[in-house]
Amino acid sequence: MFDALSDRLQNAFQSLKGHGKLTAEDVDQAMREIRLALLEADVNFKVVREFVAQVKQRALGVEVMESLTPAQQVIKIVNEELTTLMGAGDSKLAFSGRAPTIILMAGLQGSGKTTTCAKLARHLKKDGKRPVLIAADVYRPAAIDQLKTLGERVGVPVYAPGADLDPVDIARDGVEYARLNGDVAIIDTAGRLHIDEELMGELARIRSAVKPHNILLVVDSMTGQDAVNAAEEFRQKVDLDGVVLTKLDGDARGGAALSVRAVTGRPIKFASNGEKLDDFDTFHPDRMASRILGMGDVLSLIEKAEDSLDARKAAEMEAKLRRAEFTFEDFLEQLKQVRKMGSLSSILGMLPGVPGMKELKNVQVDDRQLDRIEAMIFSMTPRERRNPELIDGPRKQRVARGSGTQVQDVNMLLKQYREMQKMLKMFKGGKVKGLRLPGM
Amino acid sequence: MFKGVAEGDVPAEVIAEEQRERKGLFGRLRRNLGKARLAVRDGLKSALYVGVDRRLYEQVEETLIAADVGVDGTIKIVDELERRCTAKKIEAREPFFEELADVVAGALKPEDPERQRIDVSADPSVILVVGVNGTGKTTTIGKIAFRLRQMGKTPLMVAADTFRAAAVEQLSAWADRAGCDIVKQEAGSDPAAVVYDGVAAARSRGADVVIIDTAGRLHTQVNLMRELEKVRRVIEKQLPGAPHETLLVLDATTGQNGLRQAQEFKQAVDVTGVVLTKLDGTAKGGIVVAIHDSLGIPIKLVGVGEKLEDLRPFEADEFARAVFGGGDEDGD
Ligand SMILES: Nc1nc2c(ncn2[C@@H]2O[C@H](COP(=O)(O)OP(=O)(O)O)[C@@H](O)[C@H]2O)c(=O)[nH]1
Ligand SMILES: [Mg+2]
Repeated sequence: MFDALSDRLQNAFQSLKGHGKLTAEDVDQAMREIRLALLEADVNFKVVREFVAQVKQRALGVEVMESLTPAQQVIKIVNEELTTLMGAGDSKLAFSGRAPTIILMAGLQGSGKTTTCAKLARHLKKDGKRPVLIAADVYRPAAIDQLKTLGERVGVPVYAPGADLDPVDIARDGVEYARLNGDVAIIDTAGRLHIDEELMGELARIRSAVKPHNILLVVDSMTGQDAVNAAEEFRQKVDLDGVVLTKLDGDARGGAALSVRAVTGRPIKFASNGEKLDDFDTFHPDRMASRILGMGDVLSLIEKAEDSLDARKAAEMEAKLRRAEFTFEDFLEQLKQVRKMGSLSSILGMLPGVPGMKELKNVQVDDRQLDRIEAMIFSMTPRERRNPELIDGPRKQRVARGSGTQVQDVNMLLKQYREMQKMLKMFKGGKVKGLRLPGM
Repeated sequence: MFKGVAEGDVPAEVIAEEQRERKGLFGRLRRNLGKARLAVRDGLKSALYVGVDRRLYEQVEETLIAADVGVDGTIKIVDELERRCTAKKIEAREPFFEELADVVAGALKPEDPERQRIDVSADPSVILVVGVNGTGKTTTIGKIAFRLRQMGKTPLMVAADTFRAAAVEQLSAWADRAGCDIVKQEAGSDPAAVVYDGVAAARSRGADVVIIDTAGRLHTQVNLMRELEKVRRVIEKQLPGAPHETLLVLDATTGQNGLRQAQEFKQAVDVTGVVLTKLDGTAKGGIVVAIHDSLGIPIKLVGVGEKLEDLRPFEADEFARAVFGGGDEDGD
């Protein structure tokens, strides 16, 4: 995470002191880093090439703002361009004046269509709509059962006449059923390869039979370079209206979002980010841009923090942070909260300013270490937790024994603690520009 | 494909069919390379008129990147290629591509080729199947069971994905198709308990290979990864030496995140091999190069479709050729 783009750019620009305009040389150097970062984020190489050329044009000769370093200025431009590109187009569904509104879901195998259908149904239901699910995946064993179960959980009717019927007929009859039993028809289809002529033909036939108002392509956010091939084929053969990104709760950078948007020209409408049927939302291009660049998704951190942090505790914590009185007890509490929000590195990755902070370099953020850190803190006495400077040689040994770790580990933790203290003091003194710890 | 299956047990027609299919498969892979890939190849060809130059290396890099080998992996391969070509004074197209395929394949071959096979020599053997959501775990289990049946083994499936809706029904359907027994409990039960039952049932049901299906989970989901660790511990305790194989099922369309997946699953449950699925699409699954190179996990099987028979042993040489469409040209 610390070799995230912003950090690398800071390094690349270290020699640059003054402000003024971005020179061709600055920009070239930055573009190299950006190209690599985008490739590492799985953006398709052709899309990277075009995108970088475009950004370069825009960055040349730009005045570096007073409050920014040249590196930050470039990141700002890249971020804006990414956000604009991914945000273009209407992210809303098209609703038909005459019910039912028909939504056809399509995608490769295993991209998450069935779950997404149920999540979308729930989302629409919360909006006061009356969705109906239609089970037109007759190929994958138990796909129909899966949709039925999910429909039950969401509390919406499921049209599932069986696996031995033609999916085209199921879709057509299902829409009829939806007309009588609801106002939105969501059609789940079998996963298929974009090069499978027969199944792509079937999808085109479903389309002609029901004339959907929305055809959504479901794309796994972990997809690599091939995302463009699949998306483009789907667009050509069935004509997409939009994209749903899934599995965003993982730690993939999600460059496929940019690739798919760029090659199909279709907007990303929804993002699915968890196992629960509620983990589904409209797409936020700004968050995605930060994620692809690996540079701090402030918005979603704030949102997540608001969701899971007890407000009073958060205020207390913030006051402590500001006074730089952060003890191991607080740390333990913080760990607990953080775990509720997701992985520590993903949270830290969302903090603006963090990736660029040299001071944080040595602070351990490996998620696997969390357990050990927790164990070590648990092995400290309450007094030690409040006054870590008490922990001398023999105490270190005791903590190490108690937590099944080595004295070096305890030393490391104490060192990290001291560094954190130092950083907090700096923060308190207002020396670190742009570092905000929202809600913490 | 398997270690621990007596040679004589495999019917000759199965072997013949496998060889024929494999040829067909890689031919098809080459044909399915897609427009983007063909453009790259055309580029490679035209670049060759001026011999092996900078531009050609750049195009090789591009092809590797397009195959999801990743920036680091690509740099490594191209550096090695350049080193070899300089040392051997390679200047023509044919030897250049041979060298290239060799470098890529080399990065995928474990020192001991035996490590590429699925070990089912213990009786009973236990195969634990793990991976993120939707990669093809359940389908792969169906295919493995079918192959084992063909080879005279008696597999037993264990439905330890108790989370996903209808996952048990899905595995049951595959058990029917493959013609093997299945141990299951109702949805929502504790996976560790199902696994315990499953391993215990192996003897009583006369099974010699136990294949365990688990719920898909993202490697970032701490609790679910812990649950998997627990499942593994239950197996270890119950049957010393088990699980004999822990297979990570990886979707070939996965990009750079595949390496993170492999790291985390390895850390949690000590993965012994990768199954690369969906190679019948246009994705190349190049991230396996990094997985093998940096984690030392061998790639054991590939999935090439949704039918029972669509499972093949992983062949590094053919994989490398499929990435570049080099070598024999019959598929194009
Ligand atoms: N084309 C293709 N599809 C596959 C392959 N393996 C699995 N699938 C499909 O991928 C989807 C997810 O498979 P499943 O076994 O349910 O994945 P799981 O969630 O990991 O158990 C299903 O639609 C399978 O038919 C393969 O090798 N090729
Ligand atoms: Mg499954």
